[in-house]
Amino acid sequence: MTAEYKTIVRDGLWDNNGVLAMLLGMCPTMAMTNSATNGLGMGLATAVVMAASSLLVSLFRSRITQEVRIPVFILIVASMVTLVDLCMNAWMHELYKVLGLFIPLIVSNCLPLARLEAFAAKEPVLPSFMDGLFMGAGFTLALTAIGAVREITGSGTLFSDASLLLGPAFKFMEMQLMASDKGVLMMILPPGGFLVTGLLVVGKRMLDVRAGKAIQMGGAHSAA
Amino acid sequence: MKQQHMLSHGLILGVFCLGFGALLAVTDMLTAKDISARALEDRLNSLSQVIPTTLHDNNLVKDAIVMKNEHGKEITVYRATKEGQITGLAYEIFGSGYGGEIKLMLGIDATGKILGVRALAHKETPGLGDKIDAKKGDWILRFSGLSLGNPPVEKWKVKKDGGQFDQFAGATITPRGVVGAIKKGLEFYAANKEQMIDFGAPKASAKEEH
Repeated sequence: MTAEYKTIVRDGLWDNNGVLAMLLGMCPTMAMTNSATNGLGMGLATAVVMAASSLLVSLFRSRITQEVRIPVFILIVASMVTLVDLCMNAWMHELYKVLGLFIPLIVSNCLPLARLEAFAAKEPVLPSFMDGLFMGAGFTLALTAIGAVREITGSGTLFSDASLLLGPAFKFMEMQLMASDKGVLMMILPPGGFLVTGLLVVGKRMLDVRAGKAIQMGGAHSAA
Repeated sequence: MKQQHMLSHGLILGVFCLGFGALLAVTDMLTAKDISARALEDRLNSLSQVIPTTLHDNNLVKDAIVMKNEHGKEITVYRATKEGQITGLAYEIFGSGYGGEIKLMLGIDATGKILGVRALAHKETPGLGDKIDAKKGDWILRFSGLSLGNPPVEKWKVKKDGGQFDQFAGATITPRGVVGAIKKGLEFYAANKEQMIDFGAPKASAKEEH
């Protein structure tokens, strides 16, 4: 049992990372990583939705037939996104003002859908919930890393406005690493997203090769 | 047999749709009131940046009217009064920037002097044009206290066009759009003053209610 959870955690965070190994969810990855804080916010919102929808799909897995599973999955993901959006807007408004922008974008992310199909539709409730949670955490990790690289090279800051997202206690995270006009503007514009994502994918594979692991080519199907 | 299959698939899908639809309907019912309260707070908050709260004792949103601006677009004009005297007005103005339309909120006092300007929404280049945002720079604050005669009308331009306002490094189009929008906004008040301070006019809030 514990070995199974260990694999789930490892898969989600590193071995089968949604962005860096499977190359899924590229739309929010490109759009929301112009700063580390944006990447973190998008990642956290996605993790919540992924954990909730994995749990629900696993709960209903015996009722969902093969033929209608895709529309049902989409229905569940979209419902969770709307639910989170409405509740946050009403009761966590300060956080919503920062994250609100990202939440509807989760629907356009194919990573939750891929994990529902590959994992939650077949596995029991608790492992499915953990898979959703840790795939989401891995997504958060990748987006924050890409955001950090783009933000440092592009605007010379790191985690700017983090206190808006996480609360005033996190003001210490906001760093000015170099003069703001020294940054390379391209890095916070769309080309920077492709460049940094590509370089980090290469970096991860090099680390894996050095560790003597087989590289998971193509990604998504090997998980399925 | 196949027909029966189709039916059961449809049924499953239907039940899920019904279930999640109901869930969302309930959530919407539970949150609707709070969400509209938050939206109102946000609006009052952004208004307080262009009309200082010390200047009025009325509810700006309640005493707002809807007008058509020079392009025929409907805008809401928020009106501040203190002891029955009109002390300020705030309305949206629009400029064209590098990345499309720039939406700003302009606050003026009854004589047409600027109380404050804030960018509400824009798509200007991060790091260059986005310095018009009060969160990213203090450029937008320089307009407070100015009016249509101060500086003279022909000086309401960026320096590059022979006016008196600084553009910022690497971006001329954005400041040009903002300065132009403010100038047009002040001219709009000069041309429609009567109507804008007329308290006999139907209120926007009354219109929304029915």
